[in-house]
Amino acid sequence: MSFQTFVFYAFSAILVFAGLRVITTRNPVHAALWLVLSFFSAAGVWLLLQAEFLAIALVLVYVGAVMVLFLFVVMMLDVNFDKMRERFKSYIPVAATVGILVLVEMALVLVGGYLGGERTVAPPAAAAGYSNTKALGLQIYTDYAYPFEIAAMILLVAIIAAIALTHRRRRETKYQNPAEQVRVHRNDRLRVLDIPAEKREP
Amino acid sequence: MSLLSEPTLSHYLILGAILFAISVIGIFLNRRNVLIMLMAIELMLLAVNLNFIAFSRFLGDNAGQVFVFFILTVAAAESAIGLAILVLLFRNIGSIDIEEMGRLKG
Repeated sequence: MSFQTFVFYAFSAILVFAGLRVITTRNPVHAALWLVLSFFSAAGVWLLLQAEFLAIALVLVYVGAVMVLFLFVVMMLDVNFDKMRERFKSYIPVAATVGILVLVEMALVLVGGYLGGERTVAPPAAAAGYSNTKALGLQIYTDYAYPFEIAAMILLVAIIAAIALTHRRRRETKYQNPAEQVRVHRNDRLRVLDIPAEKREP
Repeated sequence: MSLLSEPTLSHYLILGAILFAISVIGIFLNRRNVLIMLMAIELMLLAVNLNFIAFSRFLGDNAGQVFVFFILTVAAAESAIGLAILVLLFRNIGSIDIEEMGRLKG
């Protein structure tokens, strides 16, 4: 067994085990942490597939941002989880049946000689100096520049939506409204009164 | 496909299939807990990404990896908004149990 095969099976075993623990653990903080472990193992598998940029992007973006966000929310929400797991055991038969069906269907497609997947041999490892990041960058910024811009727009919309949804305005802050300031009229600010001058009697 | 050979395309695809099945089971098991369902959706996306990258490697085309790049982007955006909605829901209802979210029912 070559070292690469051993690494593949090691990472896959950790990945599958962590995935199972995500869905079965009682504590959602633990579930989030198991999900972090499964992302790290998946990044390892992607490194085996020579997708270095995406493996690091998975760790930096997904684990570093999305999972941290999950953990924030999990720790912020004070939920009574025991009540929600009351009927957990009664769901297991249906869940197991569905899961096994899905798995069997997918395996049938693959093992039944799907395009000869088991006969596929990986192309030889790239020459020294080949940079996966550079190759991806060359494609993203030329052929896929338009989807790239759309992805940036999607992220912008997500930021605005998340803030707009959860923003709570503090009541006591004083702020200026530039629109109102520009709309102000001379008569609102200055009032000229005609007061006759008083003559003091000597 | 012996256990000692170099991992072929089928190995990676079956790993993706197992992950996908795990996440589907997770959605079924955790029907009342919205947070774990969101995590199961992330697992599903991970399985799909693994498929894309495996095919990209074995067919020698980088388009699969470019697509995974965009899937990561969209998945991050969807998680952010989903969690924002969850936080709002919790503020209004006080629980994230799906059973208590039936207010729209007549």
